[in-house]
Amino acid sequence: MSKISRRKLITTGLTAAAGVAGLGVAAGLAQKYGLIPPDHSGIWGLGETLTYASQRLLTRHSLAREFPRSQISKPPFPNEIEPPTEEFKRLQAGRFADWRLSVNGMVARPATFSIDQLKSYPSHSQITMLQCEEGWSYIAEWIGVPLSHVLNVVGVLPQARYVAYFSIEPDTWESIDMADALHPQTFLTYGMNGGELPVAHGGPLRLRLPRQVGYKSVKFITHLTVTDSMKGFGKGLGSAAPEFGYAWYAGI
Amino acid sequence: MISHPRFYWGETGNDLTPTLFKLPIPASRHLVPTGYGYVLPDQNGWSRYLHFQAAWVVILTGLLYAIFGFLTGHFRKNLLPGNADLSWRALTKAIAGHLRFERPTEAEAWSYNLIQRLAYLFVIFVLFPLVIWTGLAMSPAFVSAFPATVNVLGGQQSARTLHFFVSLALVLFVLVHIGMVWFAGFRSRVWAMITGRVSRPMERI
Repeated sequence: MSKISRRKLITTGLTAAAGVAGLGVAAGLAQKYGLIPPDHSGIWGLGETLTYASQRLLTRHSLAREFPRSQISKPPFPNEIEPPTEEFKRLQAGRFADWRLSVNGMVARPATFSIDQLKSYPSHSQITMLQCEEGWSYIAEWIGVPLSHVLNVVGVLPQARYVAYFSIEPDTWESIDMADALHPQTFLTYGMNGGELPVAHGGPLRLRLPRQVGYKSVKFITHLTVTDSMKGFGKGLGSAAPEFGYAWYAGI
Repeated sequence: MISHPRFYWGETGNDLTPTLFKLPIPASRHLVPTGYGYVLPDQNGWSRYLHFQAAWVVILTGLLYAIFGFLTGHFRKNLLPGNADLSWRALTKAIAGHLRFERPTEAEAWSYNLIQRLAYLFVIFVLFPLVIWTGLAMSPAFVSAFPATVNVLGGQQSARTLHFFVSLALVLFVLVHIGMVWFAGFRSRVWAMITGRVSRPMERI
C-alpha cells in the first residue's frame, strides 16, 4: 500500500512539475512571438490570451471577406455619436481643411498630414462589413489610404509592436498590434460608398479595421503613436475599451 | 442579445433593415426600437469576457471528453443504441413509456435507455459542434481565414440567428437533464457522475 502511494506521489509530483514547466515554456514562447494581449491580467485574462493568441496564429495574413457592390447596405446604419466638441465644430466649419493627423513615437520621421495630403497617396477601397459587438451590421465601400502606406512614409522602427490611435473625442483611443497595423485592409478612411466619409460615420478620418468588431474602427482620428509597449498609455491595458470593461482584442 | 434583441437572415441587419423576428424584451441601447420607453444597463463587457472564457472551457474539456470517449469506447459501448433498439417500434415504445413516467426496471437503470442515448449523441455530436461552428462563423477574424464557415450558413447574421437557436436547445437540454437527474435521485446520480461509481443502492429508481 505504501509502495503504491509513494509511486503515485512521485508520478503526481512529476506530472505537476512538468505541467508547470510546460505552462512556463508556453508563456515564454507566447511572450516572444507577441501572443499576449495588453489586457491579459485579471480573471478574464486566460480566455482573452487564448483567443488573441490562437486568432493571431490563424489570421496573421488572412483578408476580411469582401462583397460585391450589389451587397452594399442602403443606407449604411449610422450609430450614434457624441455631440461634437467646439474644436470639431470649428474644423467642420472650415470643411476640415485644418484637420491634422500627427504621427510620432517609434518612427524615423515624425510627421503631420492634412486630409488632402492623405488623399494624394494612392487611394484604395474595400467593400467590407462593419459589425458591431452589439449584433448589428452593415456593408459599405470604404475608401482611404492603407495605414501601412503612412507608416512607411514616417518609417517605423524595428522594435515597434503597437500602433495607438486617438480620436478628437476625449478618452477615445485604441491600439492594434503590428500584424493589424500593416494589414492591407487596415485603412485610414476618408471616403465611403463613392463619396466623402460622412461625419456620422467618422468623417473626415476614421481608422477602418474590418477583421475586428466596430468599436476598434475609431472615428475622427487625429493622432497615431507607434510604440513597443502599451504600458504608458492610460491604465496600460492597451486601449480605452478595457477601461470600460471591453476586450482590447476584438476579432471576437 | 439584450443590446440588440433583433434577429436577421443573410449577411447584414440593423435598426434600418427588416428583421426575421424580434424578442419582446427591452434593449440596453436606446437606438433599438423595442417599444419600451426605457433601456437596460449595459452588461456587454464582462458578459462577453465570461462568454469567451466559458467557450474555451467548453472547447478544451470537450476535446478531452471526445478523445477519451473514442479511445475508451465510451461512445460505442454506452451511447450508440443497439441494433434491436433502432426500430420504430422500440422507439415509440420508449417514448410512450417516457411520457407515462414509467420507472425503469433495476436492470434498465444500469445503462442509458434509448432516449437518453439519442439525446446525448445529439447534444455531443450535433448541438455542441453546431454551437461552436456558428459562434466562430460570427467572428470577422476567424472567417477571414476560413470564409466558407460563414458563407455556407448564408451569412454572418444567419450564423447569429442559428447560434441563438442552438444555444436555446442546449439550455433546454440542461434544464430537462437536471430535471431528470432530480427525478432519478439527485444525490446518488450526481455522486455517480462525479466518481463514475455507484456506491450506494440506487435510491428512488
